[in-house]
Amino acid sequence: MTALQKKPASPIAHLTPEDIEQLGIELDAIRQDILDDRGASDAAYIRKVIDVQRKLELGSRAVLLFSLFPPAWLAGTAGLSVAKILENMEIGHNILHGQWDWMRDPKIHSTTWEWDMATPAEQWKHSHNELHHTYTNVIGKDNDLGYGIMRVDEDQPWHPFFLLQPVWNFVNACFFEYGIAAYDLELGRNLRIPKERRSPEFKAAVQGVLKKIRNQATKDYLVHPLLSVPTGSFLPTLAANFTANVVRNLWSHSIIMCGHFPEGVETFEKRSIDGETRGEWYLRQMLGSANISGSKALHIMSGNLSHQIEHHLFPDLPSNRYAEIAPKVKALFEKYDLNYHTAPLPQQVYSAWHKVVRLSLPNGWLATTNVKNAPQRLKLLYAMTTKGPKVRRAAQARLNQEARRAAVA
Amino acid sequence: MTTLGLVAGAATERPSLKHRLVRFAEAATTPLLPADYLDLFAPLRPGAELRGRIVSVEPETRDAATIVIKPGADWAGHVPGQYVRIGIDVDGVRQWRAYSLTHGPRADGLISITVKAVPDGKVSNHLVHACPVGSLVHLEQAAGEFVLPENPGKLLFITAGSGVTPVIGMLRNLFPVTDSGVLHLPRSEDHDIVVVHVAPSEPDSIFITNLKSLDESGAIRLVPRYDDVHGLLDVADLAALVPDLAERATYACGPAGLLDALEAHHDARGLELFTEQFRVATVEAGEGGTVSFTQNGAVVEADGGTPILVAAEEAGVLMPSGCRMGICYGCVLPLREGVVRDLRNGEITTAVEGDNVIIQTCINAAAGPCRIDH
Repeated sequence: MTALQKKPASPIAHLTPEDIEQLGIELDAIRQDILDDRGASDAAYIRKVIDVQRKLELGSRAVLLFSLFPPAWLAGTAGLSVAKILENMEIGHNILHGQWDWMRDPKIHSTTWEWDMATPAEQWKHSHNELHHTYTNVIGKDNDLGYGIMRVDEDQPWHPFFLLQPVWNFVNACFFEYGIAAYDLELGRNLRIPKERRSPEFKAAVQGVLKKIRNQATKDYLVHPLLSVPTGSFLPTLAANFTANVVRNLWSHSIIMCGHFPEGVETFEKRSIDGETRGEWYLRQMLGSANISGSKALHIMSGNLSHQIEHHLFPDLPSNRYAEIAPKVKALFEKYDLNYHTAPLPQQVYSAWHKVVRLSLPNGWLATTNVKNAPQRLKLLYAMTTKGPKVRRAAQARLNQEARRAAVA
Repeated sequence: MTTLGLVAGAATERPSLKHRLVRFAEAATTPLLPADYLDLFAPLRPGAELRGRIVSVEPETRDAATIVIKPGADWAGHVPGQYVRIGIDVDGVRQWRAYSLTHGPRADGLISITVKAVPDGKVSNHLVHACPVGSLVHLEQAAGEFVLPENPGKLLFITAGSGVTPVIGMLRNLFPVTDSGVLHLPRSEDHDIVVVHVAPSEPDSIFITNLKSLDESGAIRLVPRYDDVHGLLDVADLAALVPDLAERATYACGPAGLLDALEAHHDARGLELFTEQFRVATVEAGEGGTVSFTQNGAVVEADGGTPILVAAEEAGVLMPSGCRMGICYGCVLPLREGVVRDLRNGEITTAVEGDNVIIQTCINAAAGPCRIDH
């Protein structure tokens, strides 16, 4: 992948500014249809999901009181994992987007909601709703692109440091909620500032995160295990909570990676969004997101982020309506000859991971390596890793040439 | 589940232990509260936010109905004549309205309101025609100064349309109507009450049967005035309708026009008048308006084409903001009162005092005077 503006053949070259404005008007109309129709059944939907989630969590935790018995451990852990996923995805993420603010229910509102996550809702809303959704896939502006620790674009120079990025990505996936918290704090950038010069806002935010983590950890790793002590299930319950958190983290990381990371999803240069119109913003969202196709259960468990394209176009429409507008949105992609990026979950996860691995290696390395030339290629990679920038540059030039030749052939 | 049981059992223990158990239960449910889980099973329990369950909807006329509600355990009771603010979801949106309680305190602990469906009235039409029995509503404690004095003496009630509702609450409390007729309780012996009841026509009169039986039993003297029979009521005629007007304290409830006329009339004659009006004059959406901020005291003139966020910032108000295009909800503030227009699609949002509608300031422009909590 390379920023759309640097590609030799832009996928939007065929669109005139008038086309893009017209596209915006047609998308506005889709949004308005839902706003006009939004009502009691939507409200009933989110209340039902919350009701089911809370009862599932209570039930699972009750079963885990007896988690010394393996069937209870399995059932309780599975139930708790599902409850935690629902709580973060279909409920928390979407409420914090303001998707349900129109109900004017103070208990289900973006300004009052707090979730089972290391990062406090207030901080997440800033980095996610404001930065990621406004500057979607703009290199240097949208930190969701690689969370500031990964190489996500061919144009970023390769460094041996990136060889480990598949490992980090996996570790990040397992402890995703903490990764998100660090990312919301812009920890990397802020820690580079000398301690005494860090802003009071940052210090307050760190305190907020630590308090949140302490509360969440106390609940999962102390209070509920203690309640299981009478049946001798302290450790099994602790393990069950840990497992449920990891399952939830792996799942949400996978879903989120599928939203913007699969091969073929576009990124954009910083300059390209200067003076961007609403139509152009819509277009960027369309090209910068990817969907996951699947069953209704998959959509709910993904918080309807499986409809990532529709979500990015209309982040504040109720999530239960994305499935309904997807065909209309897809028709617009066809009308304007754009690529509606959708595939089943395994395929999208593979595609996203493939990209992580490909970009962890020098440009062109993976594409030009086969079984036959593997030993020689590994030697080259070893040299690029251990020797200085001069060697890297020379080797990269050779790789680029070979990749070009392979592409022509 | 266990933690919840512990909390319930803690009520009889020493406060410090109870406090510790509550803290423990909170630690088990964070970031939610134990109440969020208890609400799933017992929304009307003591300690819960005040709610009520609709028990029945009894039609009064073709466009009015009495809604009987079982209030939550913490309902503190009311005095006849008081009103209650009710939050009810109409088309999925929480709407708050005030209605008079139309019974005195009842033996079964239920409360009732009587609602007249007004044209285009979102909430009143829902309550009268589409209110699902068994559903939950949100309540505030009863409030209102429009109640009978300790020793009332000679009274005149003037009611128009649904303005009869607080009065019927007082009358029912004084003179309970039973199957065997109107009861005359000792506590009500000294009352001398005249009710001037104004309505478009007799069939449109809420509680007319009630008022008539009170009249027949001698509890009150009813002076009905139907627009279709007697013409619109002129307050100058009151002296003719109620000869001893000057000896009576007047309690009036009805639309603003009538109350204004009464006020002028009574002021001129130095007569005692207590009034109650619910339905505030309808907010008409216009173009632009004065936006005032309750906390920092700023007052900003905003035109109808500029987002409130921009207008306020240009006037030097420090505002929360985010994407500035209506997607991130980083700029939302509570609209205490007023009317705004969504610049994207023209949608109007109104708020009356107490509503506290949260609005996105980056895509809403003032469409009338607005008071924002910031």
